[in-house]
Amino acid sequence: MNLAGILVAASAAAMCGSVAFAAEIAPTDVKFEDYAVNASLTGVAGNAEEGAKVFADRKLGNCLACHENKAMPKQLFQGNVGPSLDGVADRWSPAQLRAIVSDSKKVFGPETVMPGFYSLEVGINVRKDLVGKTVLSAQQVEDVVAYLATLKE
Amino acid sequence: MKKISLAVAAVATMVSSSVVSAYADPVDDKLVIDGQEMITRAPAPEGHPFKEVLSGWLFREPETRELEADSFQNSGMLYVERGQEIWNTVEGSKGKSCASCHNDAAESMKGISAHYPKWDADAKRPINIELQIDKCRTQNMGAEAYKFDAPEQKALTTFIKYQSLGAPVKLDLKQGEMQSWWDRGKKEYYTRTGQLNLACASCHEASMGKHIRADHLSQGQANGFPTYRLKQADMVSLHNRLRGCIRDTRAEMPKPFSDELMALEVYVTWRGTGLSVETPAVRQ
Ligand code: HEC
Ligand code: HEC
Ligand code: HEC
Repeated sequence: MNLAGILVAASAAAMCGSVAFAAEIAPTDVKFEDYAVNASLTGVAGNAEEGAKVFADRKLGNCLACHENKAMPKQLFQGNVGPSLDGVADRWSPAQLRAIVSDSKKVFGPETVMPGFYSLEVGINVRKDLVGKTVLSAQQVEDVVAYLATLKE
Repeated sequence: MKKISLAVAAVATMVSSSVVSAYADPVDDKLVIDGQEMITRAPAPEGHPFKEVLSGWLFREPETRELEADSFQNSGMLYVERGQEIWNTVEGSKGKSCASCHNDAAESMKGISAHYPKWDADAKRPINIELQIDKCRTQNMGAEAYKFDAPEQKALTTFIKYQSLGAPVKLDLKQGEMQSWWDRGKKEYYTRTGQLNLACASCHEASMGKHIRADHLSQGQANGFPTYRLKQADMVSLHNRLRGCIRDTRAEMPKPFSDELMALEVYVTWRGTGLSVETPAVRQ
C-alpha cells in the first residue's frame, strides 16, 4: 500500500469507528442464538494484536489466570482452571467465541467458573466503582475474539 | 482423595495437550512437627461435598511444606514467642495479665482452639479466638479491645491456637444458634460475588487441585490460621484471608468480625472437621 492508500484506509477506519460507536450493542442487548452471538458488538473489526494484549493483561482479560496458551510462551504462570486454548479456533466459530467471551454462562450454563466479560449479570456486592460496568469494553471483546480466531493448530 | 481427584484428573487428561501440565495432585506426604504427626487428611463429616478433607499444606511447594515442618525455620514461631510475652504482660485498669487468671497456657489453653468458633451466650453470636481475647481484655482486665490485625492480636491469637497444635478441628453446632450461623455461612460459600461472579466454591470446590495463575488451589481450609505467608513475610489472620479472597472477585469486602464473616468462619472451619490445628501454618 502506498502512502495515499494508507491515509485512505486510516480515515475509513476512523469513520467506521465513529459510526460503530453509535451502533455499539449494550451488554443487556447482546443477542445469543444457538450458543453464538452473530452480530459484532461494535461493527468495527476486531484487532488481533490488541486482543492479545487484552488477553494477557492481568487487569483486563487475565485469561491466562485460568487458561494455558502455547502461543504465549513468554507469559509465565498459566493456569488450568479452564481448558487449554490451543487450537480453540478449530473448535469454535468466531460467533461462538464472541458468545463465550461476552457471557460464558449463556454457553456453558450457570455453573461455569468462567466470568462473563461483557455482561451485567454479575455477583452480589460488586465493588462500588465497578457497579454497572463490564469487565471488558465491547471493542476489547471484539479484539479478543479476533485474537482467539488466530489460535489454530 | 480418590473420587474427586479422579474426576479432576479426567478433566486434566482431556486437556492434556497443554504446555506443561500445571495440574498437580495434593502430595502424598506426612506432616510431622516436633515429633507429632498432623492429620492432613480426614474423612469428611456427613453433608460435606468432598469425601476427604485435605489440609492446604498438601497443596504447597516442597520448600513451603518443609518450612512448616521445621519449627526452627518456621517464622510463625516468632509470633508464638511474642504471644507468650503478651500473655504474661499486665495491662489495663485491673492490673492483670492473661496469666493472672489462666496461669500456664500450655495447660489452660490446650486443645480449646480446635473447637472455635464457639457460641457466646452473652453476645448471642459465635465468637472466635480474637473476639474471646477482646472479651477477656475488656471485661476481665479493663483493657481495650485490639484493633483488627494489630500485631498483638495476631501474636496472641497465634500463641493460643498453637496450644492446640495437632488437635483435630471439631465444632459443636448444637450450642446456642450455631446451626443457623452454619446455614448462613454455607449459603454465603455458594453465593457468587463481585464483577467476576465467583463463589468460594468456584475456586475451592469446583477448581480444587487446579492452578489459578501460579496458585495451586486447595480446599481453602481454616485449620492453619493465623498463617505465616511468605509473600507478605507476616502473619495473616483468617478474616484478612477471607477478605482478600472476596476482594479478588471484585466485590466490596465485609468488615472483619461482621456477622457475614463470622458465619463464613463457622462454615469454613466445619469444612475442615478432623484436620489438625496447624497454627502457625506456612503458606506461600
Ligand atoms: C476464572 C477462570 C477463567 C477465566 C479468568 C477465563 N476463563 Fe475461559 N473458561 C474457564 C472455564 C472453567 C472454562 C470451561 C467452561 C465450562 O465447561 O464451564 C472456560 C472455557 C473457555 C473457552 C472454551 C474453550 C474450549 O476449548 O472449549 C474459551 C474460548 C474461553 N474460556 C476463553 C476465555 C478468554 C478469552 C478469557 C479472558 C478474556 C477467559 N476465558 C477467562 C475459566 C476461565
Ligand atoms: C480476671 C480473670 C481473667 C483474665 C485476666 C483473663 N481471662 Fe480469659 N477467661 C476468664 C474467664 C472467667 C473465662 C471463662 C468465661 C468466659 O468465657 O468469659 C475466660 C475464658 C477465656 C478463654 C476461652 C476458654 C475456653 O475454654 O473457650 C480464652 C481463650 C481466654 N479467656 C483468653 C484470655 C486471654 C488471651 C487473656 C489476656 C488477654 C485473658 N483470657 C485474661 C477470666 C480471665
Ligand atoms: C478466584 C478464586 C478464589 C475464590 C473465589 C476464593 N478463593 Fe480462597 N484462595 C484462593 C487462592 C488462590 C488461595 C491460595 C491457594 C490455596 O490455598 O488455595 C486461597 C486461599 C484460601 C484460604 C487459605 C487456605 C490455607 O490453606 O491457608 C482460605 C481459608 C480461603 N481461601 C477461603 C476462601 C473463602 C471462604 C472464599 C469465599 C468467600 C474464597 N476463599 C474464595 C482463591 C480463591
